[in-house]
Amino acid sequence: MIHQYKLNGYNIVLDVFSGAVHSVDDLAYDIIELFESCSEEDIVGQMLEKYAGDPEVTRDEILDCISDIKELKAEGQLFTEDCYESYACDFKNNSRAVKALCLHVAHTCNLSCDYCFAAQGKYHGERALMSLEVGKQALDFLIANSGNQQNLEVDFFGGEPLMNWDVCKQLVAYGRSREAETGKKFRFTLTTNGLLVDDDVIEFANREMNNVVMSLDGRREINDHLRKTVTGKGSYEIIVPKFQKFAKTRGDKEYYIRGTFTHQNVEFTKDIFHMADLGFTELSMEPVVCAPDDPYALTEEDLPILFEQYEILAKEMLKRDKEGRGFTFYHYMIDLEGGPCIYKRISGCGSGTEYLAVTPWGELYPCHQFVGDEKYSMGNVWDGIKNIELRDKFKQCNAYARPSCRDCWAKLYCSGGCAANAYHSTGSITGIYEYGCELFKKRMECAIMIKVAESGI
Amino acid sequence: MKRIKTLDLNKTLKTGGCGECQTSCSG
Repeated sequence: MIHQYKLNGYNIVLDVFSGAVHSVDDLAYDIIELFESCSEEDIVGQMLEKYAGDPEVTRDEILDCISDIKELKAEGQLFTEDCYESYACDFKNNSRAVKALCLHVAHTCNLSCDYCFAAQGKYHGERALMSLEVGKQALDFLIANSGNQQNLEVDFFGGEPLMNWDVCKQLVAYGRSREAETGKKFRFTLTTNGLLVDDDVIEFANREMNNVVMSLDGRREINDHLRKTVTGKGSYEIIVPKFQKFAKTRGDKEYYIRGTFTHQNVEFTKDIFHMADLGFTELSMEPVVCAPDDPYALTEEDLPILFEQYEILAKEMLKRDKEGRGFTFYHYMIDLEGGPCIYKRISGCGSGTEYLAVTPWGELYPCHQFVGDEKYSMGNVWDGIKNIELRDKFKQCNAYARPSCRDCWAKLYCSGGCAANAYHSTGSITGIYEYGCELFKKRMECAIMIKVAESGI
Repeated sequence: MKRIKTLDLNKTLKTGGCGECQTSCSG
């Protein structure tokens, strides 16, 4: 299967199942489009007719191009067949290791964001902070259930995790204390709204946290419209200076600024460029996922605007990069030469199998976006996974789980999509959140185009 | 004139699958 498209003056052909990417001229683009459905003579006839005014397009030239395409096909770089389906279920079925936990150290928050999927941090339940005892048991559970995996991940999440910062620090110390005896390596990360960031947080996180996700929605009026304190005040003025200091001091450790865009700021590139102008270089801006009748829910009418925004973003990133003031965008960070192996691509994020969320009370859920929905409770950190049937359902979530994805060119990039988004939009974890698919495909086209442009070929 | 300029996942069937990469997510 191939996917071919034109963007920003480039003719791009992606060979889906090998991952090869080709930049082609107009004639090759047209021939490739006909290659699988027309005879050689048909192609020659159609091309001579289409390019009648172009002296460079001769019969020999067309046949040469067809020959090149045949060669690429023989080399497994064009029109390659899908031979991965049988591996999709086997891979997850053969692995029972857990390698990542999302620790909900605080089911409470000092912001009250209108669009929060976690219902202002409480996840539709009681306010709570995770105790050190529950946290330590969670790390013990992770170590005990990680099989041969060496690299383990723990994300401090909420609510707002800095409202339980002392426990976070003690859990990092506990994790580190168990590394030598167990042969495991912990990768700690933090997701914060920034209100409680101070020198102690910055110093500790810069030493111990491999990545820090800082939540900011862009321009002051956009951020403060939905990201308000519990007293209704905007948060921009408080958090931006803290985030700037935090980002500047990260050194060789990662961070990124994560924003959310809604129907009220569909021209979200203005917010991305604003954050870049504030000095942030690692950026992400995500579409809100909420009930369709929410006032900020994205609409079908927004889609063409969003597509255009992703293109504007890609072109501006290329421009700024040339000017020496580039920045990264989470979804455009693809690695065409390396990138994840095929097993990773077909099996997805691992929610409900290798990745679990832990509530302040030690309950296990498939991921942070299922927490609070009792149907999705999987067990606890003392007894482990009790709901085997549910875990097996999540094992079926992969790039081949949905018949309608069979002919989709993007499935080895999306891995079948987000189970939580599918569930919240269709009621099934193997449903299809079509709006998200459309945005995802557009982002991939832009990301590949950037790579073609950067290559200079 | 070269009309096709090339800028193999199959090989990773043998080399990949160790699971030591980061969890990915909203990859």
